[in-house]
Amino acid sequence: MNGVHDMGGMDGFGKVEPELNEPMFHAEWEARVLAMVRAMGAAGAFNIDTSRFYREMLPPHVYLSSSYYRKWQLGLEDLLVDKGYITTGELVAGHAVEAAKPLKHGKFTLDDVERIMVRGKFGRVAPAPAKFRPGDHVRTKNIHPATHTRLPRYARGHVGVVERDHGCQVFPDSAATESGENPQWLYTIVFDGTELWGPDADPSIKISIDAFEPYLEPA
Amino acid sequence: MTGHDDHHHHDPDHSELSETELRVRALETILTEKGYVDPAALDAIIQAYETKIGPHNGAQVVAKAWSDPVFKRTLLDDATKAVSALGHVSRVGDHLVALENTPKQHNLVVCTLCSCYPWEMLGLPPVWYKAAPYRSRAVRDPRGVLADFGVSLPKETEIRVWDSTAETRFLVLPMRPKGTDGWSEQQLTELVTRDSMIGTGLPKKPGG
Repeated sequence: MNGVHDMGGMDGFGKVEPELNEPMFHAEWEARVLAMVRAMGAAGAFNIDTSRFYREMLPPHVYLSSSYYRKWQLGLEDLLVDKGYITTGELVAGHAVEAAKPLKHGKFTLDDVERIMVRGKFGRVAPAPAKFRPGDHVRTKNIHPATHTRLPRYARGHVGVVERDHGCQVFPDSAATESGENPQWLYTIVFDGTELWGPDADPSIKISIDAFEPYLEPA
Repeated sequence: MTGHDDHHHHDPDHSELSETELRVRALETILTEKGYVDPAALDAIIQAYETKIGPHNGAQVVAKAWSDPVFKRTLLDDATKAVSALGHVSRVGDHLVALENTPKQHNLVVCTLCSCYPWEMLGLPPVWYKAAPYRSRAVRDPRGVLADFGVSLPKETEIRVWDSTAETRFLVLPMRPKGTDGWSEQQLTELVTRDSMIGTGLPKKPGG
């Protein structure tokens, strides 16, 4: 979706402001939100792509004015309500009211903590041979899916070179809407700065994205 | 969608923070009462993030690559395999890629769409990495972004920006600082900063 989360190339956000000796969390609730998102995901309530999609669906003014973990909290609430794990009434009441909905992997307990500290595996058996190989010139498609996609706007409709082949992986555009993993080949595509940003761009920069095969056509 | 405008009609005597705290507490209560999560497991997750992951993991990998050419080659070929073989460093998931900085090419990592970051190597990302200024500008004006960090690179150095748009995770292997001949891996580790492994900084200089 063409949301405000897709920020590459936008103007007006000002300087990057690193915080000296930044703490891991700025408030205790941030840590609780992180833990709840990880736990409910691991318990099978949603996959990582769906959780990203729900943060992207926050209204633009909310997305832009909310802190990082606030977005996580709001996205988690929406997701759990939509999938029937909790209700808005329960959020207002602050307590469980309805019966629980069974979780795919059951309750998240202490025994599950260790396994979530290592990232999941996204590689999958390839359903078809790769269409492109390193060195190929490709054009990213001019597509504007209404749902989740990992092809940023600034990199659509541009010609780049396939640099690396990362194998076949879960396709976020499908997984985010729970339409299956639909594995697709994934490549690193590198673009000249001037290809993306025009003749005035810094000629000494190159930008790459990791692009799934359905985002690409031969060039 | 649950109508987020409602969240903002709060009592002016209460900050958004306290409203958020109450809301987060309510959510945890509901998840606990419904038997979805054990709160002790949430505590354990937080503790694991606070103690097991962090830039010290990445720094060990970089220092080893600076000291051991065979390891460096393996790291650049297949970082997941190389780091997993180390054992004493954090266990690492698939799809880790190490990017070597050279006098010709400086690598900079961003996630313009969200906040993808090599957690196992660097810990949780800092706020600036997840915020709009960095996400918007890194892909278009990386030299300007580097200037915000006080870093200036020669004009001849190509700047390569890696937008983390998939599950690939990138770790920058900075150049080994001059004047460190004969240093042990442990000594070298002290020079490796988090930002140098994102590409927004350079390693510390000896005695610096």
